[in-house]
Amino acid sequence: MNMQDFLFLVPLLPLASSLILLLFAGRLSPLMVALLGVGSMGLAAILTLFIGIEFISMEGEPFQQVLFNWLPIAGAPLNFGLYLDQLSLVMMAVITGVGWMIHWYAAAYMFGDKDVQRFFVYMNLFVFAMLMLVLGDSLVLLYLGWEGVGLCSFLLIGFWQHKADNVIASKKAFIVTRVGDTAMMIGLLILFSEYGSLHISTIVESTAQISQSNLWLACILLVGGAVGKSAQLPLQTWLPDAMAGPTPVSALIHAATMVTAGVYLIARMHPLFLQVEGILNLVAWIGGLTLVLAGVAALAQSDIKRILAYSTMSQIGYMFLGLGALAFDAAIFHLMTHAFFKALLFLTAGSIILKMHHQQDIFKMGGLFKSLPLTSTFLLIGLLALVAFPGSSGFFSKEAILAATYGAHTAGPTLWWIGVLGAFLTSIYSFRLLFIVCFGPANHDLKEADYKPTSQLVVPLLPLVTLAVIGGFISLDFSLVFGPAHHPHLPLWIEWMPVAVALLGFILAWVLYFPRSSKQASNGVISRFCRDGLGFDWLYEHIFTKPLQLFARINKSDAIDHFYHFVGWFNFSLNEILVISQNGKLRWYLFGTLAGCALMLGGLLWWR
Amino acid sequence: MVALSFLIWLPLLFGVCAWYSEKKFSGSGNWIALISLFVLLIFSIYLGNSGTSSLSWEWFARFNIHFALLLDGLALLLVTLTIVLAMLAVMVSWNDIEKHRGFFHFNLMFSVAGIIGVFLAADLFLFFLFWEVMLLPMTALILIWGHEGRRYAALKFFIFTQVSSLLMLVAIIALALHHQSQTGELSFNLGQLQQLVIPDAMQFWLMLGFFIAFAVKLPMVPFHSWLPDAHTQAPTAGSVLLAGILLKTGAYGLIRIVLPLFPSATMEFAPIAVTLGVISIIYGALMAYSQTDFKRLVAYSSISHMGFVLLALFSWNEVALQGAILTIVAHGISSAALFSMAGLIQHRIHSRELGNMGGMWASAPKMATVTLIFVMAGIGMPGMANFNGELFTLLGSYQQFPVQTIVASLGIILSAVYGLHLFQRAFQGPPNLQVTDLHFRELVFTSLLVIALIYFGLQPHIVLELSSETISSLMQTATEVRP
Repeated sequence: MNMQDFLFLVPLLPLASSLILLLFAGRLSPLMVALLGVGSMGLAAILTLFIGIEFISMEGEPFQQVLFNWLPIAGAPLNFGLYLDQLSLVMMAVITGVGWMIHWYAAAYMFGDKDVQRFFVYMNLFVFAMLMLVLGDSLVLLYLGWEGVGLCSFLLIGFWQHKADNVIASKKAFIVTRVGDTAMMIGLLILFSEYGSLHISTIVESTAQISQSNLWLACILLVGGAVGKSAQLPLQTWLPDAMAGPTPVSALIHAATMVTAGVYLIARMHPLFLQVEGILNLVAWIGGLTLVLAGVAALAQSDIKRILAYSTMSQIGYMFLGLGALAFDAAIFHLMTHAFFKALLFLTAGSIILKMHHQQDIFKMGGLFKSLPLTSTFLLIGLLALVAFPGSSGFFSKEAILAATYGAHTAGPTLWWIGVLGAFLTSIYSFRLLFIVCFGPANHDLKEADYKPTSQLVVPLLPLVTLAVIGGFISLDFSLVFGPAHHPHLPLWIEWMPVAVALLGFILAWVLYFPRSSKQASNGVISRFCRDGLGFDWLYEHIFTKPLQLFARINKSDAIDHFYHFVGWFNFSLNEILVISQNGKLRWYLFGTLAGCALMLGGLLWWR
Repeated sequence: MVALSFLIWLPLLFGVCAWYSEKKFSGSGNWIALISLFVLLIFSIYLGNSGTSSLSWEWFARFNIHFALLLDGLALLLVTLTIVLAMLAVMVSWNDIEKHRGFFHFNLMFSVAGIIGVFLAADLFLFFLFWEVMLLPMTALILIWGHEGRRYAALKFFIFTQVSSLLMLVAIIALALHHQSQTGELSFNLGQLQQLVIPDAMQFWLMLGFFIAFAVKLPMVPFHSWLPDAHTQAPTAGSVLLAGILLKTGAYGLIRIVLPLFPSATMEFAPIAVTLGVISIIYGALMAYSQTDFKRLVAYSSISHMGFVLLALFSWNEVALQGAILTIVAHGISSAALFSMAGLIQHRIHSRELGNMGGMWASAPKMATVTLIFVMAGIGMPGMANFNGELFTLLGSYQQFPVQTIVASLGIILSAVYGLHLFQRAFQGPPNLQVTDLHFRELVFTSLLVIALIYFGLQPHIVLELSSETISSLMQTATEVRP
């Protein structure tokens, strides 16, 4: 019996758990809910482990599992099939492994919330959709997962739906990503008309000669889908607002898994991108610009979760940079290490927020190293991995991306310098966060007795801490997907430059932000501009939202209907006029008859 | 096969039964209507199981008019859909109707008979007759049991349909006369007329006559403005039938009459029709977003969805035709489902205004969950029926009309905008009011709708198998005509 034959169980377990929780809504005890929600994830993760061991022992040969016939598209029927290769295995491992820890943590975090059952319905459904996204063997199945994670993200951002702000944030996330989804859908249409199929391996292995312009269009539309989901320029605006959701949600969806779906999409479809001139260069530039802009915006935030959100955006920018620089393996490597340390960062932030009684403003924290030593240590470890401290997991992956960027013909030294600038910014905002939150005087009035560490909030963090530290030593083999890995030999200064600027950033952050006294967020024009995400929200509101709302207000009663109203009014008026003529007076009728005769006679004469 | 005509007589008979029995025993009408529809459903499936069946009785010999019916796969599909949605209509208005309950059931069954007649008719005269017949009980439903603006809505519905069907009548007569001039005898038989060679100029005008009649029913922008009023003012059962089935008769007419009878005129006209379809998609979606009335919003979203059908049919590509059929079925279920929810909400809070709702999830989580699923189906969430229809439509249409199809795809964004607008205004945000959650009967039929939407999302095979014959014969026509 092969483990791989149980592949379908990996997505099925969370789906089944989600359905059970939905059908027995309100009838299960909180403990039962947690057991089902977390247990199904645990089983999926363990199963993934076994499948992975077997997969590696079989030299990484791709494995396909057809579940049933799905869409009988004339001429190109599609199956509901799963496809496991080196790429989807890593994704599956990250989703189930990190997802398990986050679910575990979430069970403790959400314990006592009256809607905890609904929470796990969404969380498990999300994991199912995310697994379909990475395991689907056709672009339509990928799209199913793609929309499914969007739906769950929407539901989880607006989980505490009695607050109007959360509702608005969830709507924004759904609609902005749907813009990207639609671009991707149009890309699918083009690919279908060119290749006659939407099966991924059929498309990427096709030798058909496709016109460059069509292929370019298809690729750029796929990039459109990717930037929507992965919160890259120009569709990045939804991610900071998405922090309205519960913190474990931010860790799972908006850091470790869903937001990296765009990276996965491009990596999965990379043979197409390699055929088109210039498209990877564009991907690299999108990544480069996003990582700097998000880094700048992160510097000005005062909400701990928004800092981490912008940081996520910036790190995904690195992944895009890696994809653009042909270092697909490095990009996925960074995706994995980022999932470790960013999930850790969000969860520690969650612990801090919980213990601060839902205070998220970093200027109202301070001095936490004394009162929360363990959590603060975890935060420090996560931040060190984020700034790519030598030896930590983030160091290896970021280094790999930057090294590839310098030499790649699709990227080059300019983008490398941008990446280095990003590393500098990362270091500043990370240490700014650390210093303000953990050092200096306490800016809150909570008593020592209020801090109660819960073991369930700590245990799930331990694997993540471990992986954030040593995750860089996991060696991933993508040779069958991306071809043999090559390690460019670069001058030493290029390898050490990112570390040097990170050190510089640390010193600068020390000088600028180390709290010597109580501090407040600066409120100048520039910091306000950066805090609001560099004006993109303002721009989109004036280009799209406002005109749409204006149209809705003006045309609520449907201008076209006015025409039919006019026809109706005209007929009724005509009727009223003719009614006047029918007044029963013989004189009038006689006059009318005579006038008519005269008119006709006159007309007849005139004609002649 | 005589039994075929029972599909039309039986609902009428059962309708009369329900009327009389409701007079004797109050409350029995619901049960009689429901059970008789169920019997009818079994009967139609039984008939359909034995393959295509037809029947032809001489009627007006002088004009060569026959009472001719034909039940093929596509007709069977739509007949069963009609019966199922009629059952839904009965269940959703179980306690809603306060006056003339017996007569209400009679009208409901009467319109079912008319609609089934339209789907079965194989003679154009008969088709026209049923087309008019289904209009009367529907107008009565709106006029007697409708909401505050029912008189205006019923009148508007009646006039729009009448004027447009007048054009169809003229075209039918012209077609029969043309048959006479070519073969020496009048004919209204669809099969015979299909053999006819019609000169291009004439074909165009005849096609236009039918097209306008069907486009009004579909409805297509700019002939759509009867629909929001009719849907909004109709009682819930009426809205369910209107959105679920009545709109589909327009699409059915295009499939059965316009495409096979006037292929070259259709292809010539296709760019215009497709553009109008795309305008319907976008304009319908924008207008849906503009509404604050639950039912009006859903009504405009129907216009948007039926635009996809128009786009698909006039693209005349195999995948697109599959998409049109899938959309017809999917939208039948999902829009009927949303109108049912509107009815259930209105029954509870006596308002359709979104501004009066808000935060209803807190007190009615089951209702919220079900509505969420319906909304998500409506905005094309993959895995549910509507997505398949949209995907097939777009994939197929892109082969013929890439630019229009790309514009149509933008409807995907707009559908999310109005869908979330609807859902969030009603169910999320600070709780404004307390409502009672779904009780058992409501939970049963809404769950069945959810299951149907997901089932057809994952297994659309049965729909496409039933319609495969129609699609392949249409594709054969297309290959003969297409240059």
